[in-house]
Amino acid sequence: MNLFKLVWIELWNKKTQLISSLMAIVIGIGVIVGIRTINVYSEKAVAVKLDNLGANILVLPQATSIDDYSTSDIDAPTIPMEYVEKILTSEIKGVDNLSPKLTRRITIGNKKFVLTGIQPKNEIASKPLWQNTGFGKEIQASCAPSTAENKSHGYEDEKLKRKGVDSLDYTECLLGAQVAKALNLKVKDKLKIQDKELTVAKLLVETGTVDDDRIFVNLKAAQEILGIKDQISAIEIMGCCNAISDGLLSKLRNILPDTRITTIGQIVSTQIETNKTMKKTSVIFLIIILFVGSISIGNYMWANVNERRKEIGILRMIGTYKTEIYKILLVKASILGLIGGILGYSLGTIAAYYMGPAFAQIQVSAIPIFLLWSVLISIGISITGSLIPAYFAAKFDAFSNMQEE
Amino acid sequence: MDIINTNNLGKTYLHKDGKVDAIKNITIAVEKGSFVTITGPSGSGKTTLLLTLAGLIRPTSGAFSFLEKELTHVHDCELAQFRRKNVGFIMQSFALIPYLTTIQNVMMPLALNKISKQKQKEIATSVLETVGLENRLNHLPRELSAGQQQRVAIARAMVNSPSLIFADEPTGNLDPMLAVEILDFLKEINEKNKITVIMVTHSPVAAAYGNVKIHLDKGEIKSINEKIIK
Repeated sequence: MNLFKLVWIELWNKKTQLISSLMAIVIGIGVIVGIRTINVYSEKAVAVKLDNLGANILVLPQATSIDDYSTSDIDAPTIPMEYVEKILTSEIKGVDNLSPKLTRRITIGNKKFVLTGIQPKNEIASKPLWQNTGFGKEIQASCAPSTAENKSHGYEDEKLKRKGVDSLDYTECLLGAQVAKALNLKVKDKLKIQDKELTVAKLLVETGTVDDDRIFVNLKAAQEILGIKDQISAIEIMGCCNAISDGLLSKLRNILPDTRITTIGQIVSTQIETNKTMKKTSVIFLIIILFVGSISIGNYMWANVNERRKEIGILRMIGTYKTEIYKILLVKASILGLIGGILGYSLGTIAAYYMGPAFAQIQVSAIPIFLLWSVLISIGISITGSLIPAYFAAKFDAFSNMQEE
Repeated sequence: MDIINTNNLGKTYLHKDGKVDAIKNITIAVEKGSFVTITGPSGSGKTTLLLTLAGLIRPTSGAFSFLEKELTHVHDCELAQFRRKNVGFIMQSFALIPYLTTIQNVMMPLALNKISKQKQKEIATSVLETVGLENRLNHLPRELSAGQQQRVAIARAMVNSPSLIFADEPTGNLDPMLAVEILDFLKEINEKNKITVIMVTHSPVAAAYGNVKIHLDKGEIKSINEKIIK
């Protein structure tokens, strides 16, 4: 026999009371776990979607018009090349890929095209539509969920299948599908732009975008052809979805105050907003549960303490210290919290598993770390709710039981 | 040697109608191994005196000591320590924990004294054999008769080999035959084990068991061994 066993025997002998007192805490923890689990998987789904869209943030000179996101860099003024370094050295989290470029309209013969200077590997990394051209080494995604996890939830992170070009030689160019057609050029053909002769390294697949009318050359070559040294007209950034929702844009604006930073986030902004709302909702629920759970457990403990006045009196009579009475009640609260946390986590996870696909169109599975949080929160609630009853129980007169009956 | 000494011990309760002196000017010396009975009419302060001597109520005046150790102003923990080491209780209502079995109830004082589980079981079983309950070890109090419950309470009081047993109307809920059985048992403990017994009772039969008979009235000692105290 010891104090822990005493608590256990008492709980075991009052199972009905135990179940009713656990209800509030189990449901409360279950709601929080359910919402948060769906929320986490929803965020992951958005991250993958956004990642698959390619570049989603555009850094442009301040005076640029951004009526059309995809062509906004064409006639833009320029910004210094060193801005790329500024971003790279800023240690801002969530910048997955940087693609500086210099773009200008040019005329070849009597036909108008767009010349874009790029840093090859970065550029291709930010263009998922080029992914099947079979260039160079594989590019690893950094902000999307891990491959195994994605696959287990049916996500296809396209970037993981992409190839990047290791280098685009100073004398080479890539041609958009429409350019190749208009100039009737094939791979290894020569193309002269102003005084510079370039070899066609690849013909890009038709994307149905403005890229089909572009001639891509090495950034340094473009700067030389256009006579704009160390300047670029835009930086395309692939930002991680969560980082964007956590204020990546404003962090970038702080580093580059004289630029215009925009995003195509509208595409996923609704989902990001939904995620934020769900996050807020789970926080609100958490606060409510903290109150309701604490009051419920406190109420149970208060009733239990009053009902057990006689027993507590007996324990005090035979020499139990006040601190031991405290301990008995707090151990009991911890056991309630532990059971409540485990059951609440299970309930919330099962609910999320079935409700995720039905209401948020996402596959959901258990998040083990939430078990730890559920138990900790649940024990915290139980102990908080039990502190006052335990304090009064320890103060009971030992003799209060003796003259009863 | 005196096991308990009191000097002008008093306990006053504050009531909305004014102060109530439950006990006053109690000065006694209880010799080790004696069987003290405290009698008196209802409201005479018998139980208050018993509980004060047991360290369950703080006196408002005077002093008391156990084996010459002053206990009047010691910390609550020290009083609890005094009870768990030296004192056993037998109450009219048996004061058993309802969801613990016979043996678990008896093991409780040993558990508080951090005795190993194995030893707890051995000692408790042996004491329960002494009170004739070896066949009721795993019974809950509600499954026992009143006499058996009181014997469990006696076993619990004895299990720590205390130097003092406080009994508050231990036969109050028992029929006369059972009462005599319990009183005989207390007397046996007192004589055999040299455990001092201080017993509050209404019953003249029970009071006759004492070798020190204190009679209280209105919170004051009126007589000791029929010798009137002025």
